[in-house]
Amino acid sequence: MVLKKWFSFTRFQLLVHGASLLPFLILVVNYLTGNLTYDPIQAAMQRTGRYAMVLLLISLTCTPLNTILGFRPALKVRRALGLYAFFYASLHFFIFSVLDFQLNLSLILREIVYKRYIIVGTLALVILIALAITSTQRSMKRLGKLWKTLHQLVYASAILVILHFMWVVKSDIREPLLYGAVLALLLLVRIPAIRKKLSARPPRWIAPVNRALAK
Amino acid sequence: MKKILSSEITPENLYLSRRKFIKQAALVVAGAGVLAACNGKLKLNPGTTASQTPTGITTPPSAGAQTDEYGRALTEYDAVTNFNNYYEFTTDKAGVARLSENFKTRPWTVEVGGLVNNPKTYDVDDLLNQFGEEERIYRLRCVEAWSMVIPWLGFPLHKLLKEVEPKASAKYVRFETLYDPEQMPGQKSPWYVWPYVEGLRVDEAMHDLTLISTGLYGKHLLPQNGAPLRLVVPWKYGFKSIKSIVKIDLVEEMPTSLWMAAAPQEYGFYANVNPQVDHPRWSQASERIIGDSGRKPTLMFNGYEEEVAPLYSGLDLEKWY
Repeated sequence: MVLKKWFSFTRFQLLVHGASLLPFLILVVNYLTGNLTYDPIQAAMQRTGRYAMVLLLISLTCTPLNTILGFRPALKVRRALGLYAFFYASLHFFIFSVLDFQLNLSLILREIVYKRYIIVGTLALVILIALAITSTQRSMKRLGKLWKTLHQLVYASAILVILHFMWVVKSDIREPLLYGAVLALLLLVRIPAIRKKLSARPPRWIAPVNRALAK
Repeated sequence: MKKILSSEITPENLYLSRRKFIKQAALVVAGAGVLAACNGKLKLNPGTTASQTPTGITTPPSAGAQTDEYGRALTEYDAVTNFNNYYEFTTDKAGVARLSENFKTRPWTVEVGGLVNNPKTYDVDDLLNQFGEEERIYRLRCVEAWSMVIPWLGFPLHKLLKEVEPKASAKYVRFETLYDPEQMPGQKSPWYVWPYVEGLRVDEAMHDLTLISTGLYGKHLLPQNGAPLRLVVPWKYGFKSIKSIVKIDLVEEMPTSLWMAAAPQEYGFYANVNPQVDHPRWSQASERIIGDSGRKPTLMFNGYEEEVAPLYSGLDLEKWY
């Protein structure tokens, strides 16, 4: 049953799953071979944080790719991408709380309550947890209209993630600004007026691409 | 094919001791070389020029003890020389060593002046000959909440300051790093005001713990650690310990350091290690020890409270962070 489902994946889906898991594999190999700098906890924390953010942003490209370009395969990987973002965010939090702070609750609470970047990061993760739990077909049916409203919280989560990154770096905020600009763009193209204008004429080459990737 | 019995394979302890023997033999040979070159004292050959390899670079890392006075193990040499915060080269701690490998540390002069009776420009090799080198095992606590234990070589700054004779009007010491964007690509970054500047109060600078370091682990400093000479102030966060110094001035006004200019609400002039005063963005209550797993509580003044607390009696450490 599981095997059959696996083989029903399109090549595009397999590619997305593989690409999303690859950084985790590399991280584990780097960790086991001692190639994670002399501060492996910090290196792993920074990597998983960056992966989570990038995957979250990529998951947010799926809808506009479909509505504007007519790139249908994107819809098939949207949920998986969101769940991978959640996976890396959880890993990020696990490294922070278990590996770094060794579950020392008083120290962790002190960090969470007093540090603004950790407050926003924690909030972003809490949202992702709620979305991951309700990501199943069953939840979708059970929650009805509420499901869509709930899952629009992903925008809030993404904004909080960018803030988290912006507040954690030292002076040089070029990288967080870049990701922030990408997010702003992804939110802008969701505004109905803009979306309608952009989606008026999907490119001609998209149909063969869709066909090729449907296999 | 005959199977090899596991008992025929060299047991691990023997194998290891064989390796150790080879290592020790190499040590003896290298050590003999150092003895011959330096007449029994670990110091720089006065005739060293930029083209020669300075003595000490080829010798294996060594230290007089394996722990600090609290029993914390020395951070391994590879970590000390490959995990560096040195924004003049790059903000990537693992990338500094490679980017700085061709950094020219000879010839090198340090201009000592300002409010002093005997301003003088020193050649770094003359400084070494005049003040010598002693080993000091210090804890290094970075403001980013990680730490190391490093066996530095160097001389206390007060030796140098006494020679130039600060005037009574001098209240602070201002240090400056080399400004050379061609060699230090990080200095092209517009996010900071270059060159790096740091400062100490005169009484802090005169404290015996305050070191001008020229080496570590029995070897000359490598560029990534601030060669050819740097400051080490063990009771303050690492960023106070300015690297590759070219200028030392005695001044009347409190100097504005690079970090004070970049983020005044986050980095103060004093920057004393203090687990009770948090950095605005992270807690300073504990630290990750490089090469060790898990956190340890951070000590007041990084464990040098007894020695330096009198410097700050009556000072509000929350306000003067």
